[in-house]
Formats: sequence, structure tokens, C-alpha cells
Amino acid sequence: MTDYTFVGSEIPRPDAPDKAAGKALFISDLVKPGMLYGRIKYSEYAHARIKHIDTSKAERLPGVRAVITGYNTPEIRIGFMKDNFALKKDKVRQFRDEVAAVAATDPEIAKEAVDLIRVEYEELSGVFTPEDALKEGAPLIHEVDPRGKPRKDNVIQLPWNWSEGDVEKAKDASAFIVEDNYETQLIQQTCMGTAGCIAEFDLQSNLIIHSKTQIPYLAQNDFNQALVAMGLKGKSTRVIVPYLGGSFGTGLDTHGYEYITILLAYRTGRPVKILLNRVEEFSYLSPRQPSKTHIIQGCDKEGKLTFREVNMLLDNGAYVSWGATTPTVMLMPISTLYQVPNFKYHAKIVYTNNTYCQAMRGYGNPQATWAIENNMDQLAEKAGIDPLDFRIINRNEANTESFGFKITSCGLEECIRSVGDRLEWKKKRGKQKAKARGVGMASLFHTGGGCRIYRSDGTGIIMKLDDFGNVSVSTGGIEMGQGFNSALSIATAEALGVTPDKVSVVFGDTATCPWDVGTHASRGAYTSCNAAILAADKARKKIFDLAATHFMPRVKSILKERQKKDPNFEMPDFDFESPRDPSEFDLKGNSVFLREEPENPFLRISLGELLRAVHFRNQGTMIVTEAFYDPNNTMLDPKTGKGNLSATYTWGAQGAEVEVDLETGELKILNFVSANDVGRPINKQTIMGQFYGASVIGFGYALSEEIKLDKGRNMNPNFLDYKIFSARDLNFPLNIELIETNDPEGPFGAKGVGEPGLVPTAPAIGNAIYDAIGVRIKSLPITPEKILAALKEKDKK
Amino acid sequence: MKRVIKFILNGNTVSAEVESHKMLLEVLRDTFELTGTKEGCGQGECGACTVLIDGVSINSCLYPVFEVEGKSVTTIEGLVGEGGKLHPIQEAFVARGGIQCGFCSPGMILSAKALLDENRAPSDEDIKRGISGNLCRCTGYVQIMDSIRDAASRLSGQD
Repeated sequence: MTDYTFVGSEIPRPDAPDKAAGKALFISDLVKPGMLYGRIKYSEYAHARIKHIDTSKAERLPGVRAVITGYNTPEIRIGFMKDNFALKKDKVRQFRDEVAAVAATDPEIAKEAVDLIRVEYEELSGVFTPEDALKEGAPLIHEVDPRGKPRKDNVIQLPWNWSEGDVEKAKDASAFIVEDNYETQLIQQTCMGTAGCIAEFDLQSNLIIHSKTQIPYLAQNDFNQALVAMGLKGKSTRVIVPYLGGSFGTGLDTHGYEYITILLAYRTGRPVKILLNRVEEFSYLSPRQPSKTHIIQGCDKEGKLTFREVNMLLDNGAYVSWGATTPTVMLMPISTLYQVPNFKYHAKIVYTNNTYCQAMRGYGNPQATWAIENNMDQLAEKAGIDPLDFRIINRNEANTESFGFKITSCGLEECIRSVGDRLEWKKKRGKQKAKARGVGMASLFHTGGGCRIYRSDGTGIIMKLDDFGNVSVSTGGIEMGQGFNSALSIATAEALGVTPDKVSVVFGDTATCPWDVGTHASRGAYTSCNAAILAADKARKKIFDLAATHFMPRVKSILKERQKKDPNFEMPDFDFESPRDPSEFDLKGNSVFLREEPENPFLRISLGELLRAVHFRNQGTMIVTEAFYDPNNTMLDPKTGKGNLSATYTWGAQGAEVEVDLETGELKILNFVSANDVGRPINKQTIMGQFYGASVIGFGYALSEEIKLDKGRNMNPNFLDYKIFSARDLNFPLNIELIETNDPEGPFGAKGVGEPGLVPTAPAIGNAIYDAIGVRIKSLPITPEKILAALKEKDKK
Repeated sequence: MKRVIKFILNGNTVSAEVESHKMLLEVLRDTFELTGTKEGCGQGECGACTVLIDGVSINSCLYPVFEVEGKSVTTIEGLVGEGGKLHPIQEAFVARGGIQCGFCSPGMILSAKALLDENRAPSDEDIKRGISGNLCRCTGYVQIMDSIRDAASRLSGQD
């Protein structure tokens, strides 16, 4: 592999000092002169008709500047199926439905005003499980579709059906078959910084919105459509993104509160801010979708998978967001984590009166992998094959194509073996039952080279060099906390030939930064670093073209200066006059020099010196380049369902050693290891941070986190009752290994790795529990109560 | 009801007229414009609003501002020295990858300070206990632990 100067090292991230000093600004910190504070009145029912909204008392409260409802504002539709509305009229379909909002001079007045709004409802019977939603005669959540056509049922019309080969024939030919049902729960992203935005209009009625989003340009498009709905056709939106305070998928859609803030700002002519508090964030933002999966799969006598059939029932909640498209990612592990010649996958996604679901880190993959990887262990057992060996037998490999996914590099086998070695698999698997201890593992497959779910998967970069050799890189990508800025500054430095401290990354402003489809699908660093390489190549070419005529004259004047100061200095005998060829130059470590004489101190000038020489002269010039990188991937073909979604893919495996207390059902993790095909790390420190952080979210998913809904109402909207891991919960070693496969498509060989670290965590633990005590927990989270109940059930048999 | 309170804020004596129901967090952020102290939950469960009062870490979102009278409050801004020189604990968090989104960082760093002021050589268990009231969703705590161990050795070097 090529040796790089900065790529692969451990470099503190550029935004860390400001964040450590408390100087980094989040949406909660931003204030505008004359700003009003908005607040939303949410529904008091899961399903009801709105009979009347009385806002008169709220309007009369001193300090209130506007009270809006769906009845006194233009209708703004939200979501890619346009079945949601910024403010609800006629009907509410979930507890988080927005029925009114106020803007006031002070947050406390806004709260008081919201409490003064009276809404009369006629309660309707609700539907709170997907099974109930499918029953004959179930109440319809949406009586009509977005085009006004009457709906017959609660099924969302999305084409989530894929298949390859002949599953029925393969069933007959299989030596071993297993089937089971698996469930996952509703969980919340719980960003530490809660969501919010500030909207304002300029005097030409153009919108400026500061918002906590991962998709500034798609949001801009959404907000422009809202402006059209508001009668402001032709007006534009500028989206500005502050530091996010975490996002984890929450910023992948635009939200009701953003449109409401826009409506309030337009109504009042003042900047308006809505900031969700923690209870609102828990109750009124979209969580990760729960899932119910039936899986059946088989293998031959040698343990080769013959078929797999997966049917899922997904509770979408009341409205469709991008979260409803997660089956496109669930498809990936179902079809391609292992080689499975025949498969069928169907996902039915239905409306209920529960909170509507959205993207969360992993985008469906954790739900699918939970079912697949548990069931792989079941099939291995039935076939009498060690589950590690079973995974190796069926692993996917580089330079193959699987259901349209082109695998350019694949570290899966190495990852599985690394996890096995570090868990001492051969010594421990199945051999510690007396101590109620066991080891288990699970694998993963995810996008690592963008993900073409829109027509463009592209990202732009503008690279601007100043008079001092500093480089500012404007990007459409977003720093959410993941270390995107760090990867981009290192890649720029490496590609251009400067040191990373010379590079500053500018992000989060649609007016000044180039377009990007969104920082999602683990694509941020991958796409932006590839774009930076293209822009840096252009900048180098320009620099060397200019050096051809300006380098030697500049060297001459520097040497003459020196001679002036030091009369004993002898001028070296160079040809200062003839132009050089651009190919004679190189740029490294912030200096431009002649390739043939890299050690000659006289034939080397700083990049800044050259840039000043070409700038401050008649007909001077400066260096600005741009590049737009759109990965070599394809959308899923609507006919075949196949497509190479990502230009490259990530692989990994995780494993756990656990011990169960047979009296209490309590689980102790003794050791947790993972191995991850990252292509090549750009910044080892931040990439490790991605895997540590993702694993711990994975532990919460596996063991402790669950939003409890009671007929659609969130019963635990706080950190006391919704348990994310604290430092004390991490009472076991967490050992992460990076496997380098140097991907040919990746920037310096790198793959995108924001999400994969949490994908197989839960089944790795579940499989270890089975090894320890012989019971399989089939629904998440794995609680002591479920373990005890399963043990009791086992004793009965 | 409004009252004038007087206390020491990051080494300087300050006073402010504040409303009786306000919590210290609001006064720090709104009156003194020290926005480094964050509100993560407003319920004393996440630790993003951690500040030090007479050296002890507390959740400022639940701390009635009247009770701060005559006491000494340290916020994250108070750790930064002249010319923007970071405190050794802040430097350690920067150097060791203890910071991702940065929202929990001020509170986390102040909890680390309270711990290290008491105990210059904390065990891993001590560190976990010291930051158990500070939730972080990004880092998984591993590099935060590294940062605090590194901070301990930086501070011991200074002693």
C-alpha cells in the first residue's frame, strides 16, 4: 500500500479546541436581534377529529405576537409521500401532531400561551400495532391518499419486494431448514443537543433558516416548496447549519417544527426560534422503526446456504418519512452479507397511530441483521456446524457481484477470524456452560461508498487558496460530531501537499457551499474526500502551471534579498530566465520545489510566497478550484429491484463473551470485540471514535433502550426511564480492530464507516447468551426479565 | 420576585438582578452570556449543564440561582487561560479524541476537573464514577476515559 504523510495517522480534530472551550455554537446558543420564541401545541389524542380550536385567550396574552393553526395558515405538505402537514386540520393521527403554535417575546410567555389554547376533539378509535392496522375494518389512519383518492386500508404503497432464484425449489433441495420470528423495539437517537431552528425573512421575502439538519440542500428544496405553498413562488431559501450536537439520522428529514417556525417568522416579520426541550425531543421527534421479522432459511449438507426468505411487518406510525425506505438497506444484508443463491424479501409497512418513524444510524440494517444473524446460528446448530465456520463457509468475497451489489473489496473473512481469535473461540465456544458463560458473534454488511437513493449521490467541493498558503475547503457535507471535518482536512492536505493545520473546512451554508445530497449512509467522508482529491489535483495543476514562469524569478529575488543582507553570500549559478516545464515541480509540506532537486534549499519556496508572487502583479491571479464527485453507483432498478447502491461496501464482525446470572437473569458482558473493514483509516483517532461510539449505541439497543408507548403515548420521555449507556455501564473491555482492505474506489483506499459499528451488536450478544444458557431471546432489548422468562420456558420443556 | 445576587464567577465577583424561580443554568447562559454550559435535558439527568460550585460539580439546570449567593462558580469558560490557553484537561480531551459532537464536552470536562482536583491518580472505576452523571451519545466514553487518564498525568506533571 502507498505510504501517506497524514492519511492513517492520529490527528486531533480541528473543531475540538472550540468545543473543549465551550465556544462552539449550537442551535441552542444562537440568538438574533428581535427574535421571538415559538412553541407548538401538540395533540392530546392519538386519533381524533378536531372539532374546534380556540386560540382567543392565547392571542390576548401580553407578549404573544402570533398564534397559528392549520385554519389560518396555508397548507404545507411534508414528507416524500406528502401525507403529512405542518399544522393539522380536521384530524390528528398521533400524539405528536401539531395543532397550533405561538410566537412570543419570551419562551415562558410562549409556553403559557400554548397552555391557553383549547382544542375540542372527537376521539376516534386508534390502531397501535401493525397487526391491528391490517385487520378487516380497522380504523383508517388516512382516509384518502395524498392525491385525494379514498384509501381502502392502512398499508403504505411502497414496492418492497425483492427476489432472486427459486426459493421454493431450493427449500425442497435443502438438507437443513430453520425458521423463526424476531422483533426489534422503538428506540430514539437521543442526540445530546436537542433539535431546533431559527427562521427569518429578508425584505424580499427570501427565507434564511438556521437549522439542525444533515441535508441542507434537500431541506432547501423542501423549504422552497413550502414558500410556494405560502404564495412566495420564486423566493429562495438559505439554509445555515450550526454545530449539530449529534444527529444520528434525525436530520435526514425536514420536520413539522421547521415549517411552523417558518410560518411564524413570516407572520410576525421577526426571526423566530423553536428549540425542543428533552421531553419534546423524546416525544415529538421520529425514532428508529420497530420491526417484526419472519425468517426461514436453509443450507445443504456442507453448510452452504441454499435459500433465505424474509417477511417483515413494519410499524411506520402515522406519516411517511424517509424512514419508510429503510427496507432498501435491509435488503443488503438479506441478499449479500452471505452468499445465498435464492432469496425472497418482502416488507409490508403500515400506518398506525403511533409516532411516525425515521432514519437512525444504520438505516434498517440493525433490524434486519438482528433476525439474520440469530437465525444463522440456529441454522448452523441444526447443520451441526460451528457458527464461526458456518459464517466462513457462506461469506461473501471481493471481486464478485451479489444481487447487483458489486464487491470491490471485502474483509469479512478476516473480520470473522479476528473476532474468533480474540474471543478465544475454539477454546471457549460451547465449553463454559457450567459457568453460564458463552461466546457469540455476528457479522455486518453496509454501504461504504455513498448510497444512491436519489438521482444524484454527489458532493461538491470548493478549494480556495489564500495569499499565505492557507486552504479553505467549502463542502456541502455536515460535521455532526463524526469527524467529517477532520477526514476532509487530512485528505485535502494529503492530496494537495500542505499540512493539515493549513486547511480549514467551511460547511453548513447553502449560499456559500456547493451542493451535497446529505450527510447520511456513511457517505460524508467517502464522497467529500474523493471530491477533495479531484479539486486538489486541479489546484496542483494550476500551481505548477504558474510555477513554470514564476518560480525561478521568485527564487532569484529571494536570493538577491539574501545577498543584500549578506554580502558574502554567493549567488548559486541557476538559469533564472528560461521557463520551466510544469511537470518539473512538486508541492509537499507547504513548499513548492523542483522534483529533481528536493533537497536543494535554494530551489524551494513556500506555497504562500508563490501565491503572492502570482497574485500581486499586473494581470495577477489567484487559485480557486472546484470539483463535484458523484460516486460510481446506481439506483435500484425499479423493474428488477437490483442496483449497485454504493461504490463500495463495508464489512465487519462483532463478538461477545457473556455470563448470565441464572437467579436474576442479569447479563454480564465479560468482553466485547469487533473487527471492521474500513478500507483504510484517514484519521485513526476519529475512526476509532466512530466504532467505540457506535458499539455503545449498539449495547443500548441490545440491552436497555426502548420507547414505551401506551396507546401511542410516549411513557418514558426522559433519561431516567429511557436508559442510554453511561460510562459506568461500560464495565467490560471494548476492543476494536480495524481491517485494511484498501478499496480501489475509496479516497486513499478508505470506506465510509459512520454507521456499521452498531449493526451486528445485538445479535452478537444474543448469540453469546444462547451459547451460555441455551436460550434465545427473540425480541430486543434483551432484559433480565426476558432471560428469566426464557429460562423458565426452557425448564418446562 | 427579583433579587440581587452576588457571587464569584470564574474568579471575578459579579452581581445580577435575577428572578426567584430561575435556575443557575439560565442565568449563566442568558444574563452572563456564558453559553458553554449546555442544557441537555433540564431535569438533572444528563450532566450537560455541569458547573463547579466551590469545586463541587452540580447540575446547574436544577440549582436555584439564589443559592449561589457568596459562592464561587466555575464554568467551562473559566478553565480557559489567557490568550485562549486551554486547561490541561481540555488539552487532553482535544489530544485524545474525547470530543465528538461537543455538546456534552463542557459538562464532561468539568466533572473530570472535580474528580481530578480530588484525586490525581484515579482508577478506571473512579473515572467512570466521576463521569457517570454525564451522558454522551457519540463517543462511547472510551476516548473520554483515555482523555481523563491523560489529563491526570498532565496535571501530575504540573504538581
